[in-house]
Amino acid sequence: MANLRILVGVKRVIDYAVKIRVKPDNSGVVTDGVKHSMNPFCEIAMEEAVRLKEKKLAKEIIAVSCGPTQAQETIRTALAMGADRGIHVEVSGKDYENMTPLHVSKILAKLAQEQEANLVILGKQSIDGDNNQTGQMTAALLDWPQATFASEVTKENEHLKVVREIDGGLETVTVTLPAVITADLRLNEPRYATLPNIMKAKKKKIAKHKASDFGVDLGSSVEVVSVEDPPVRQAGQKVESTEELVAKLKESGVI
Amino acid sequence: MFHVVSRSAQRLSSTASVLRRLNSTLVIAEHNNAQLTPITLNTITAAAKLGGDIACLVAGSKCASVVEELTKVGGVQKILVAENEVFNGFLPEAITPLILETQKQFNFSHIAAGATAFGKSLLPRVAAKLDVNPISDIIDIKDADTFVRTIYAGNAICTVKSKDGVKVFTVRGTAFPAAEAAGGQAACEQAPAVDVKNDQSTFEGQSLSKSDRPELTSAKTVISGGRGMKNGENFELLYKLADKLNAAVGASRAAVDAGFVPNDMQVGQTGKIVAPELYIAVGISGAIQHLAGMKDSKVIVAINKDPEAPIFQVADHGLVADLFKVVPEMTEILEK
Repeated sequence: MANLRILVGVKRVIDYAVKIRVKPDNSGVVTDGVKHSMNPFCEIAMEEAVRLKEKKLAKEIIAVSCGPTQAQETIRTALAMGADRGIHVEVSGKDYENMTPLHVSKILAKLAQEQEANLVILGKQSIDGDNNQTGQMTAALLDWPQATFASEVTKENEHLKVVREIDGGLETVTVTLPAVITADLRLNEPRYATLPNIMKAKKKKIAKHKASDFGVDLGSSVEVVSVEDPPVRQAGQKVESTEELVAKLKESGVI
Repeated sequence: MFHVVSRSAQRLSSTASVLRRLNSTLVIAEHNNAQLTPITLNTITAAAKLGGDIACLVAGSKCASVVEELTKVGGVQKILVAENEVFNGFLPEAITPLILETQKQFNFSHIAAGATAFGKSLLPRVAAKLDVNPISDIIDIKDADTFVRTIYAGNAICTVKSKDGVKVFTVRGTAFPAAEAAGGQAACEQAPAVDVKNDQSTFEGQSLSKSDRPELTSAKTVISGGRGMKNGENFELLYKLADKLNAAVGASRAAVDAGFVPNDMQVGQTGKIVAPELYIAVGISGAIQHLAGMKDSKVIVAINKDPEAPIFQVADHGLVADLFKVVPEMTEILEK
């Protein structure tokens, strides 16, 4: 019953633990010489795809990333986690700086059709842009159902039953296949790629493409006017005792 | 009539002042078939900053009480109602065609919703169908085309200008005050009829965490616990203190991942964004992902036994001590 061909989108982002620096000219964030890694939500998406394959529900996993040459490292990581092959859509320089989730979703939608994928799994958001849009937009362009912020996915015949994280708790939806899923933090615990798997991943194929191969124009309707540091909070003071703390809070009128 | 005016406004897009007068915003109301979700009121305030007419779309399987609530809200000119069983569960596959049809008829310059699980799920789908770039979780509106939002877990503030014909955006509720539920004069009408058949997705049900305490994102005081709480039972200490302060209780990701509390209590980049008058962080180190969700709080208090914890760098009042001693003490003092 292994009939799923899964497309997983993976993004290379500044590592989650890095304290970012805004460029002095306020045009963006310093990325040169900064540690990058796979977006944590993409790791979770990748892990879920591998688990579906291990349950013999999926026959093939294709990892795709749009970005500069270094995006290939991210694809290699996905291959080492268990993806069968990779697709690198090379976008660099100014084009990459101006790339929006709309561009990415257009490319992913084209790829999903071309590769005859019937499930697209993405992270719910990238931790750099914090947009939380690509999965929803990919589903829209394909006219597929979407199950966002998934914390549990089970396959039932031609349906997927997905538990979603919503504001007040959890909700369950079923979606027909083909579908798009976006992964929330609690969907799974991603595995570490082992050294043998990293070595094996070097032999797996990464196909190279350009955005124009998919007829996607990289012109953007959104212009970044400025990127600035957030206001700095005034350093506070330490208090010595609980009594003093409560007194201070009463003084400032918050309790 | 109005859509003709609005279309010509787009031709005149270089004349910002003209555009500003002719803006018209569609706010997608979020509700649970009984009550309006409070963030809709914050979204209406954001929409009012654009200076044009505001219409609200209420889609659901039961809309009457929500519509009644909305008619009282000031600043809303029109309420469009779409009551249909197909909107049960508010699935984006069902609501998107309705919004597209509404947009076709009225040609709004802006479409907005609160940046909640509902709004975040729905609006990008709408935007892709309109072939525009949506703008997520805005914290300010500079003018009809220019929006401010945070990136990198709130560590940078990004101002963006959209050249799209229609601006689709979600609003961070804590960044805008709630619109007043008074002085409303909205006319109520049926939303455009659209033959929605959704055979792609089915709503199966919800399990919502029940609590008598105020809702996390709108509470005036929030007390959050982290890994330092050690287990779920110890959260009782925070609940007791919260009851004294009429506060909501939140948690860090560490506390959620360790299974101490359900994940809808998580405050942070990927959880809820809060900005209360008083935020008390108990046993929370203060990772950037957590700070992203609470650093706009007016007064921040940190209780942590590690003097090096990064939370002290943003705390107005810090107490380096054992939370198991401090929290009961605080509760006791407040009881007096």
